[in-house]
Amino acid sequence: MKAETAQIAAAASSTGAGVGELARLYRRQNHWRWLCLLGLGAALLLSLAADLATGSARYPLATVLAGLFDPSGLDASLRVVIFDVRLPYALMALVVGGALGLGGAQLQTVLNNPLASPFTLGVAAAATLGASLVIVFEHHLPLVLPHEILLPVGAFVLALGSTGLILLLSRAHGGGSDTLVLFGIALLFALEALVWLLQFLADANALEQIVFWSMGNLGRATLTHVLIVAVALLLGLISAMRRAWALTLLCSGPLQAASLGVQVDKLSWRVLLEVSLLTAVALAFVGTIGFVGLVGPHIARLLVGEQHRYFLPASVLCGALMLSLASLASKALVPGLVIPIGIVTALVGVPVLIALILRRRA
Amino acid sequence: MSLQINDLQVIRGHTRTIDGLDLAPLPAGSVTALIGPNGAGKSTLIHAIAGLLPARGQLSLHGQPLATLSPVARSRLVGLLPQTLPQAAGLTVYELLLGGLLTGGLSRAEAEARIEHYLASLQLTPLAMRPLATLSGGQRQMVALAQLLARQPALLLLDEPNSALDLHWQLALVEAIRNDARERGSIALLALHDLNLALRCCERLIVLDGGQCVADGPPLSVLSPALLAQVYGIHGRVEACSQGRPIFVLDQLVRA
Repeated sequence: MKAETAQIAAAASSTGAGVGELARLYRRQNHWRWLCLLGLGAALLLSLAADLATGSARYPLATVLAGLFDPSGLDASLRVVIFDVRLPYALMALVVGGALGLGGAQLQTVLNNPLASPFTLGVAAAATLGASLVIVFEHHLPLVLPHEILLPVGAFVLALGSTGLILLLSRAHGGGSDTLVLFGIALLFALEALVWLLQFLADANALEQIVFWSMGNLGRATLTHVLIVAVALLLGLISAMRRAWALTLLCSGPLQAASLGVQVDKLSWRVLLEVSLLTAVALAFVGTIGFVGLVGPHIARLLVGEQHRYFLPASVLCGALMLSLASLASKALVPGLVIPIGIVTALVGVPVLIALILRRRA
Repeated sequence: MSLQINDLQVIRGHTRTIDGLDLAPLPAGSVTALIGPNGAGKSTLIHAIAGLLPARGQLSLHGQPLATLSPVARSRLVGLLPQTLPQAAGLTVYELLLGGLLTGGLSRAEAEARIEHYLASLQLTPLAMRPLATLSGGQRQMVALAQLLARQPALLLLDEPNSALDLHWQLALVEAIRNDARERGSIALLALHDLNLALRCCERLIVLDGGQCVADGPPLSVLSPALLAQVYGIHGRVEACSQGRPIFVLDQLVRA
C-alpha cells in the first residue's frame, strides 16, 4: 500500500489537477485496494485447501482444491475425510478468525488504541471463566443440557455479562475510551484470578478440561457451529459497513468526527456491544484464541489503509487467513499431533506484532 | 439572517462556565473574532454553538433554533474547525474530505467537484493523495480548513485556527475565510489569541472573560489600553503602522 500510495501522491503532486484528476487518482487507489481484497480472498482459498489437505493423512493440494469446486471428482473415502471430518474445523478457523478480525478493527478505531482487540475488554477472559464454571459445577446445575451446549452457553453468558458490566461502569463514571480500556484491563485481571481459583478448586479431570479450553481448540466445531458464527459474522459485517464512513472519520479524531455530525458516543457504545456479542459467539465454540483480533487489523491497515469501506472487509479476510494458517500450522508443526490453536496464534502473533510495531516506528 | 445568542448557559462538567450570555446578532457575511484570556470560555462557547456541549437559552441561526436540529442536520449548517488538529491517521486528505462531504449528504459528483475546487483554492492539491500521518501540523490544520469550507456551512466556527500555521498560511487562512463570508454570505466566528490577526481579518471583536462578554464592537474601539490591562493584565496599544493599518503593540505586563 505504501509504494502504491507514494506513486499516487506523487501523481497528485505533479498534476496540474485538471477537472476530475483527483477523483481519477482516488479511483486508481481504490482499484489497488480491490486487488488486495481479491488477493486476500485467493490466499484464503489456498489456505483453506492446504488446511483440508493437512492432517494425520496428507493429500495433494491440487486434488483438494479441485475437490472443493467439484466434490464428485473425489473418491468416496477422501470426500468423507475432507468434507465430513476436516471441513467443519477448517471453516470454523475462517469464520472465527474473520469475526475476531472484524471486532479488533472496529475496537481499534473507536477506542483510538492500536492495542485494542476483543481481549482488551476482558471478553475472552470472561468466556474462559464461563466455560470453567460449567466444567467445574456442571454436575451441580439443575439444567439438563448436554455438555457441548452448556459449555458455549456458559462462555457466551459470562462474556456478555462482562461487557455489560464494563459498559455500565464506564457510563456511570462518564469516562472516555481510556477509562473503558482501563476498566477492561482491571476486569481482565479479576476474571483471570477467578479462573485460577476455579483451577485450584477443580479436580484433575476438570482442571485438564479448563486448561484445554483456555488454549483454544477448533476440534469441537461442527457445521452447525460454523453456521451460527458465520451468520453472526455476516450480520456484524453488514452493520459495520453501514457505519464505515463514520468510522473512517473517527480516525481523524473524536472531535473532528463530532464536528461532522458523527455521534461519537452512540457509535462507540454500539460498536462495543456488537463486537462483544460477535466475540462471545465466536469464542463460545472454540475457546480462547488470542492475537488474531489484534494483528489481523494491523496487516489489513498496511494493505489497504484506514478507509473503512476497505479496511473492515480486509480485516475480516486477514483474521480469517491468519487463523486458517494457524490451523494448518497446528497440524503441520509436530507430525501426528494437533497443537491447540491458541498456542500457535500466540507464538506466531507475538513476533508478527513486534515486526508490525517496528515497521510502524520506522 | 444572523446568528442569535441570548441568555446562553453552558455547563461543562459540574461548572456553569457561561451563564446568561447575550450577544448582538452576528449578521450574514460577517467575520467576528472571539478573544479573551485562557479559560475565558471561548472554546466552550464555540463548542456549545456547534452542539458539542449542552446549552440552554436562545441559540438560533437564520431564525432556526439550533437545538431542534439533529446532529447531522446541525453539522450541515454549523461547521466547526476544532482546536485539536486532525490525528495523524492512515487516511488520505482526499478520503477525509470525501467522508465529510458524503456523510453531510452530498452526492459523489458534487463532493468530488467541491474537493477539487477547495483544495486548489487553498493550494493544497499536491497533498490530496497523501496520508494525514505524513503531513505537518500546519498542513493538517489547512486540510481541516479545506474540509470546513468544502462543506459550505452557513456558520463557520474556528477555534484557534492559526495555532499551527506559519505567517504565509495564516494570511491564506484569513483570506479564505473573508472570501467565503463575502461570496457565500457565511458567518464566521473565530476564537483567536493573535490580536494582530484579529485586527486584520475581523470587523468585530467580542471579548470574553470568565464566561461573560466584557466588550463587543469594532476592533479599534474595543482594544483600549484599559481593557487590555483589565482582561489580559498587560500594557498594550493599537497604533497605525507606516501603511496606515492598525497594529497591536505589546509593551509589558501590568505589575501589581
